[in-house]
Amino acid sequence: MGSTFRVPARARKGRPIGAAVAGVAVLALAACGGGSGFDEPGQNGTGGGGALRVLIGSSGDAETQTVTQQLADWSAQSGTQANLSLATDLPQQLAQGFAAGSPPDVFYVSTEAFPGWAANGSLEPYADQLDADFYPTLKASFTFDGQFFCAPKDFSTLALIINDTAWQAAGLTAADYPKTWDDLKAVAQKLTTGTQVGLSFGPEWARVGAFMAQAGGHLLDADGSADVDTPQNLQALQFVNDLLSSGVAAKPSQIDSGWGGEAFGTQRAAMTIEGNWIVGAMQNDYPDVQYTVVPLPEGPGGPGTLQFTNCWGIAADSRNKEAAIDLVKFLVSDEQQMAAAKGFGVMPSVESVADEWAKEFPEQQAFVDGAQHAQGVPPVQGWTEVVGDFNAQLEGLPNADPQSILTSVQGSLEAIAP
Amino acid sequence: MTATTTGPTAAPRRRRTRPFAGRQGGQAVAGWLFVLPVLVILGLFMVAPIAMAVWVSVSDWAGRGSPFASTTHFVGGANYANLLTGGGLAQRDFATSLRNNVYYVILVVPIQTVIALLLAVLVNRRVLRAKGLFRTAFYFPSVTSSVAITVVFLFLFTASGAVNRVLSALSLDGPNWINDPRGILHLLLGAFGVSSPPDALRAAPFLGLSWWEWLSGPSVAMCVFIIMAIFTTSGTFMLLFIAALQNIEGEVDEAAMVDGANAWQRLRLITVPMLRPTIFTVVTLGLIGTWQVFDQIFTGTQGGPGKTTLTPAFLSYQTSFVNQRWGNGAAIAFILFAIIVVMTIIQRLVLTERDTVPRRKRFVRPGQQPTTAETAK
Repeated sequence: MGSTFRVPARARKGRPIGAAVAGVAVLALAACGGGSGFDEPGQNGTGGGGALRVLIGSSGDAETQTVTQQLADWSAQSGTQANLSLATDLPQQLAQGFAAGSPPDVFYVSTEAFPGWAANGSLEPYADQLDADFYPTLKASFTFDGQFFCAPKDFSTLALIINDTAWQAAGLTAADYPKTWDDLKAVAQKLTTGTQVGLSFGPEWARVGAFMAQAGGHLLDADGSADVDTPQNLQALQFVNDLLSSGVAAKPSQIDSGWGGEAFGTQRAAMTIEGNWIVGAMQNDYPDVQYTVVPLPEGPGGPGTLQFTNCWGIAADSRNKEAAIDLVKFLVSDEQQMAAAKGFGVMPSVESVADEWAKEFPEQQAFVDGAQHAQGVPPVQGWTEVVGDFNAQLEGLPNADPQSILTSVQGSLEAIAP
Repeated sequence: MTATTTGPTAAPRRRRTRPFAGRQGGQAVAGWLFVLPVLVILGLFMVAPIAMAVWVSVSDWAGRGSPFASTTHFVGGANYANLLTGGGLAQRDFATSLRNNVYYVILVVPIQTVIALLLAVLVNRRVLRAKGLFRTAFYFPSVTSSVAITVVFLFLFTASGAVNRVLSALSLDGPNWINDPRGILHLLLGAFGVSSPPDALRAAPFLGLSWWEWLSGPSVAMCVFIIMAIFTTSGTFMLLFIAALQNIEGEVDEAAMVDGANAWQRLRLITVPMLRPTIFTVVTLGLIGTWQVFDQIFTGTQGGPGKTTLTPAFLSYQTSFVNQRWGNGAAIAFILFAIIVVMTIIQRLVLTERDTVPRRKRFVRPGQQPTTAETAK
């Protein structure tokens, strides 16, 4: 086998080859750079008509069918065709679309991806034109450089999900729903049996952050500066550590589950901390498990929870922005938000239908109530990496040292939010 | 033809050959025409993308529109500096991914090479029954999709998966494999009572990661991937070794037997030296493959738990597509490329040097030389 890769003597001289390769490369680069409409904003103006391309990352059939129906309704009313595509990897597909200059017109944008795309000009800042009654905290998540970019689609908050059967088996009643951290630990203790832990939640900011909020802590202060290394956050992490190390709570991975909802559905955990997406998951995968949703207990700093949301992004390179904005207006209207809520169990992003929603889904009251004291994901570039690093360190709990985690996250968050 | 003719007649002859040179020129054009499709395809799908990536790695391209548009600026080595000396999260992540991959390479490459060689020798024996069955069985993991194998391994290695059940049947308490971020060297040290870093190891002089973290060893989760890599690729390399073994004449072995060498001596002193070129190929391919490990991580753990299965290839993807730092992502890819090239060169130097020294020592009888030269090709 070729242990020596000798170049033939003639080829070594080969200027022609080099020149030809260079020539081909230049040609190819020219083709990529110019020919395929990468940087021709002229053709991407507003108006112009044409069908809209809508790209969503769907949670399942229910969501797909609902959105398909909504788009059909809008098309019938506006006369513009809207084609739905389902993404297998939404961030990657959008990134490719933005780089190629041919992104879909309307798409889901996560809070994590939002600041990057707002900063590089991929998103059209259109949301100020809407007169919907969005929750202020949701608006804040999609405001970058003082501009409100895109309309929040819906939102979720975290609440405590309790398995009714286990609750009764432990001799607990509705009067025992935990109000404080001590209550939480006490009921978790009672619910822990040989085959079941009391509480399970993922070791990540998106769950542990709720305890930080309840302790009066946060990652960013009101001015948007890093404020991680605080006594409040330390107290929260120490409480989480205490829950985990005393055995009344477990990480989902410790009990053979991918996430809290799975641990709860398979009854390996009697309680979990999840958002309203768990309602759909329970319906589909564990329809026999009876459960109750109650607000998270208050910590030393009062009530607190986290909220998560997505927005309807419109591409700056869209060829039909007017129609796209019209579509989003339609989708965030009270009526359509309720349709989406009934279709796949999300919570409307506008306050105007909060009461209607709570009436429709009384058993999920705790989720919508959480909105009053929920911390959202701030629109800071680099947030994903810092939180990813935070999560990686939280996975080390209960063995890791809370203080050194906070010190290190403070350092990396300061770099992006001084 | 008339090479012996005198100078005056030779000169015009040479001049007359010019039309002939023209015909050669025509041949050259035809040659280029035939090669052109390949050049265009290679240029379009390899040279151009690589050139674009090089540009992205030294630019501030933010992911929108063409990287060659006027909105993108040249930033020199800023992206590389950010990774190598930045002192921030980007540098720490990069260092962590390098550490993880170094342990992966150190464990996978030697073990899979040795196993592949042993399997090949076993399967190549003349007396073995059902040879085809064994060859197929050993090669089978190599042709299965890595995604499928990863998913199977994830199931096998869950907290109460098949592996842990077998261990508990042997009254051993298995770890929570794929979710366990503890490094095995740290675990070993922990067994000796060293659970926190001694002061000497707290310093972080190299890429922002402390010595203690560099010396963590592969995490338990990474060990699952290491086992998987050995399991899947040994079969592929076994095939290369079998091909090489079949080139070795049976007489050589027989001659050694006549000289009274036992099986182990024949393997160590005859077979392995004669397989050196194949070993070079296998180690090179192994090095390249292990430094580029991506799909297992992508489908399996996405870098978790605790970033202990983060590899440079996956980090490059994540930095670019998820975190939208395209320049950093491209820079990681080129640093990885440089690492692979350097490792291959070092490895080649090491292997070829060894090749010359013993041969000179063994120059006993000239009759042996053709065989060595032949196999060295």
